[in-house]
Amino acid sequence: MSRAVSRPGQDAIARKGWLAAHKWLLLRRCSQLGILALFLVGPWFGIWIVKGNLSSSLTLDVLPLTDPFVLVQMLVAGFVPAATALVGALIVALFYVLLGGRVFCAWVCPVNMITDAAAWARRRCGIKSSRAPDARTRYWLLLGVFIAAAATGTLAWEWINPVSLAHRGLIFGMGTGLWVLVALFLFDFLVTSRGWCGHVCPMGAFYRLLGKAALLRVAAPARAACDDCMDCFAVCPEPHVIRPALKKEGQESPVISSADCTTCGRCVDVCGKQVFRLTHRFDQRSSS
Amino acid sequence: MSSEKPADPAVRVPEKVHNSVSNSPARRKFLANMAGAAGGGCLLAMGVGFYANQARALPALALRPPGALAEEDFLAACTRCGLCVRDCPYDTLKLAAPGEPVPTGTPYFTARTIPCEMCEDIPCIKNCPTGALDPQLTDIGDARMGLATLVDHETCLNFLGLRCDVCYRVCPVIDKAITLDNLHNTRSDRHAMLLPTVHSEYCTGCGICEKACVLPVAAIRVLPPALVQGKLGEHYRKGWEEREKHGGSLIGDQVEYPVRGMEGKAYGDTRVTDDDKAPAAEPPPASDDEAGDTPPSGLNSRWAP
Repeated sequence: MSRAVSRPGQDAIARKGWLAAHKWLLLRRCSQLGILALFLVGPWFGIWIVKGNLSSSLTLDVLPLTDPFVLVQMLVAGFVPAATALVGALIVALFYVLLGGRVFCAWVCPVNMITDAAAWARRRCGIKSSRAPDARTRYWLLLGVFIAAAATGTLAWEWINPVSLAHRGLIFGMGTGLWVLVALFLFDFLVTSRGWCGHVCPMGAFYRLLGKAALLRVAAPARAACDDCMDCFAVCPEPHVIRPALKKEGQESPVISSADCTTCGRCVDVCGKQVFRLTHRFDQRSSS
Repeated sequence: MSSEKPADPAVRVPEKVHNSVSNSPARRKFLANMAGAAGGGCLLAMGVGFYANQARALPALALRPPGALAEEDFLAACTRCGLCVRDCPYDTLKLAAPGEPVPTGTPYFTARTIPCEMCEDIPCIKNCPTGALDPQLTDIGDARMGLATLVDHETCLNFLGLRCDVCYRVCPVIDKAITLDNLHNTRSDRHAMLLPTVHSEYCTGCGICEKACVLPVAAIRVLPPALVQGKLGEHYRKGWEEREKHGGSLIGDQVEYPVRGMEGKAYGDTRVTDDDKAPAAEPPPASDDEAGDTPPSGLNSRWAP
């Protein structure tokens, strides 16, 4: 840990060049901002490609999509929605079941940019102290979200859900929701490393449950080349997922199997030894 | 939290580990963590539940789009996606931003700002993915977004005896949802007052009347029906309606009793004329100077046998 964890990826930049060492990060930002742009060109420029927001949307007036997390809350709250929402949620759910639930977290969720920024700032400022709530908190909170929905008969969590709040806010007006996002940044920056996405967010927990058998995975086929620089651990939003695949702890396969992995590909970027690659879950190629 | 882990098992618990697995520090730590996670998670969720319960009340002047389910169901059914907002051609609808008094993210409109224009094809309902806006509403005339109410009789120009009539004129359901009811103006005693009267049977709550009210602060407002509507007892019958329905009174014609001092009059005619006063005034007023003895006009003629 003694090496420059505040600036991980220097080795990768030196060996691969800056662009290659930021490939997945840039692609991910393109995805996040591109999806946001699809929603925004309507209200901003009158080009209506996607209407609505992440909770529910209509693409090109034909493709309905609904957030399965919202839909389950709705069912628990005691309301059976019309077919459009059911179909829309099914499409989204299938997509993430196949691709990996937490692909949503890394590639779509607007809050990811905030928490990534907080993690970056944290590394740069060398803030080490971290009062981490247990990572299981999010599952209890997820359970709590459903209980709250059942007890109040409303989508209680959607009142403050920072994810839908951020996305809806950017498109329809933020109001005081801005302060929720500022608080979230400060929490991740000052209190807990990767606190929101890694420990608390029940939406991430929900999508993780969806993505248990996902096809898209990160693997460490060249793990023999690992020189223990720890850069991948420094950038990984869920650092505990790397070790089993990289160090063969409890598994032979080089594939990162934990559904906690958001498939962000940042470890692929920052590794100077090209240990990691984005692949499918059945790719068992390994140099050792 | 994690820094204690390596120290614990090595140093102080070997004997305990031997005799009881259930007391092992790992297990204890696991349970503590679990309890913490559960407690924290549940606490946060409970807070959310309480907050949601408290924040669910819709302010009276915030109106839901046409076809919105009853508020209780609506808060379970609306995904807060804003498709209705996008499809409203008049920019009437808004999604409540956090901090506004309306449940966060749900669509609403304020009649005095931009009212509902009552589109015949009701585009706001078309794309609602969940049915929070009921697709069964196909005639906008059946919408019940609220109920227009003439709340201020002190400032309404028609109540002051003027002929403003603007709310009546702009009403999309004119002569049904709002009528002008003719009343004698007792102040001037020679004019009529045409009072705008809302009929809940037809009012959709679109709010066009409230928007159009010429006063600086509207005297007519669209409010939740539950806030403004009274309710007749289930057993109440309006005699004049029943009579019409049955082609005659069900209880026969009313018995007429004479009213003391009004014997010469038709039943119910309480008008006082000079003829009534004359026999009642026993001594002529000229003979007595005490003004207090002058009989007052009206029913109390101080007549005594």
